[in-house]
Amino acid sequence: MADAALPSTARSTPESRLRHVVRGTLAGWPARISLLILALALACALAPEWIAPRDGYAQDLALRLLPPAWSEKGVAGYWLGTDQLGRDTLSRIVEGTRITLLVSLFAVLVSGLAGVAAGLAAGFYGGKIDAVILRLIDIQLAFPLILLVIAVVAVVGPSLTNLVLVMGLSGWPRFARIVRGSVLTVRHLEFVDAARAIGASRGRVMALHILPNILSAIIVYASFEVARMILLEATLSFLGLGVQPPTPTWGGMISDGRKYLNQSWAVSLSPGIAIALVILAINIFGDALRDALDPQLDERL
Amino acid sequence: MASYLLRRLVLTLPVLAGIVVITFLLTRLSGDPTDLMLPPNATDEAREAFRSVNGLDRPLWEQFVVFAGRALMGDFGASLRFQQPAMGLVVERLPATIELAFATMALALVVGIPAGVVSAYHRGSATDTSIRTVMLLGQAVPSFFLGVLGIIVFAVWLRWLPTGGRGSLAQLVLPATTLAFNLVALIARVTRSCMLDVLKQDYVRTARAKGVWEARVVWLHALRNAFIPVLTVIGLQFGLLLGGVVVTETIFSWPGVGRLAIQAIYARDFPVVQAVVFVFAVAFVLVNLVVDLLYAALDPRISYK
Repeated sequence: MADAALPSTARSTPESRLRHVVRGTLAGWPARISLLILALALACALAPEWIAPRDGYAQDLALRLLPPAWSEKGVAGYWLGTDQLGRDTLSRIVEGTRITLLVSLFAVLVSGLAGVAAGLAAGFYGGKIDAVILRLIDIQLAFPLILLVIAVVAVVGPSLTNLVLVMGLSGWPRFARIVRGSVLTVRHLEFVDAARAIGASRGRVMALHILPNILSAIIVYASFEVARMILLEATLSFLGLGVQPPTPTWGGMISDGRKYLNQSWAVSLSPGIAIALVILAINIFGDALRDALDPQLDERL
Repeated sequence: MASYLLRRLVLTLPVLAGIVVITFLLTRLSGDPTDLMLPPNATDEAREAFRSVNGLDRPLWEQFVVFAGRALMGDFGASLRFQQPAMGLVVERLPATIELAFATMALALVVGIPAGVVSAYHRGSATDTSIRTVMLLGQAVPSFFLGVLGIIVFAVWLRWLPTGGRGSLAQLVLPATTLAFNLVALIARVTRSCMLDVLKQDYVRTARAKGVWEARVVWLHALRNAFIPVLTVIGLQFGLLLGGVVVTETIFSWPGVGRLAIQAIYARDFPVVQAVVFVFAVAFVLVNLVVDLLYAALDPRISYK
């Protein structure tokens, strides 16, 4: 991130730039609370066994569909009640964080790498390469994302790797567009010409001069893309096309709970709130990050 | 204008070709399509027979040419489940989906645009803050969860609305509201940021200086100019709407194309899946073509050379 220094701020040191961005991002309370939520989610994903109050896989058929602990019929220790197999809902939400974050972060990594490479090539070389890549972007954007991903996952099977690859490849066109646009704006700036003039190769100019200057846009966009991928993963697992049971997923829990709405609403409701909280936190944090990195980035990004 | 239209149509051709290629590749991704279309315990003879009937024993390029020729005529073969033409099944369910999509879009525009305008005009006020909070929520809550929530509150607890099906207006309310929620948030967000730009422009000041009513300045002079980016977003988000249709129709048992697609995917009925993917992609391309052409009507400055 320190490399993201724009030419105008080139005299500031990388550390002070980083400190400036961090301070700017965390200036407001909404961003601070969001960071806290995201840190908690990350902790749940890394070490669910330390955080979950119980074993999320353990069934207890005597304690099926318990309401949350604070309601009349609740049982102490089962904070958010239990599901149709008597498994603790809160523990399953904590366990589910792992799949959600794993799939969405890696999917964004895949689409980021593919999209940035395509966008750099299109913007930097222009001409025929640009035309071909633009057409490919158009073609893929023509398909409703969810339907295409659902259909492909149904064909190749919903393994963890397949999910990451399919979801990741579904997202590259939007990255490519943004990177291409950013490259076009910096390609003819003086420092690029200067680097070319002293004999830097095209690859070197792209990697060391252009990429650092469009990194802000990429980072901000990637943060919003993580939220989008979390939604996509939840939708897939809701439809039964995500990581398969008994591994808990948030979308899968909502889908399971849907059949028992009459007996217990908590099973469906609580994982939904978890999804909403995490996405809200990402969006708020992303907004703050954008304002701190580069206020001129488009709000519609 | 005519030459622009022609050029714009020619530009959609490679996209259409790409759509045909991707639709074709969909069933070849797993290697052997017979694994997809036949039950796992099918005999080798049955597999061979299926291959020769469907031309799967020919070279891939030949299969593609045959597929592409038929696809452009709307022929995706017979549904494996219903033994009827796959495209016919899609066309049968299209009215239900179009009804839902129109209701959703109308709702999203009627709520989203005024919300964005009010939010921009009263920037920084309590109204602005609350509208923006709802917009943030609208982008964070997955539509399928909203659907489940709607069923819990309005169908199970309050018993005001039915849980699903199609026919009466009451049955349209929950699916359309669910689908519109994310769209409202997006439209309001874009409208707000465009209006903020436009309200600073000279022509808005000029209109005010001439003594035009404030309401007329905002809702006519400014909104008309802010509407073009909004229109672009609507065109691009049409794909999101179609994707959302798939999930929402499934939750509310709405007998449309989206539900057909999900059922076909579960039943491994791939001719139908291909037909739906193709129809949705073509619809998306057409909607964006129309949006491009609408620009001319809204902004006479856009030249078509």
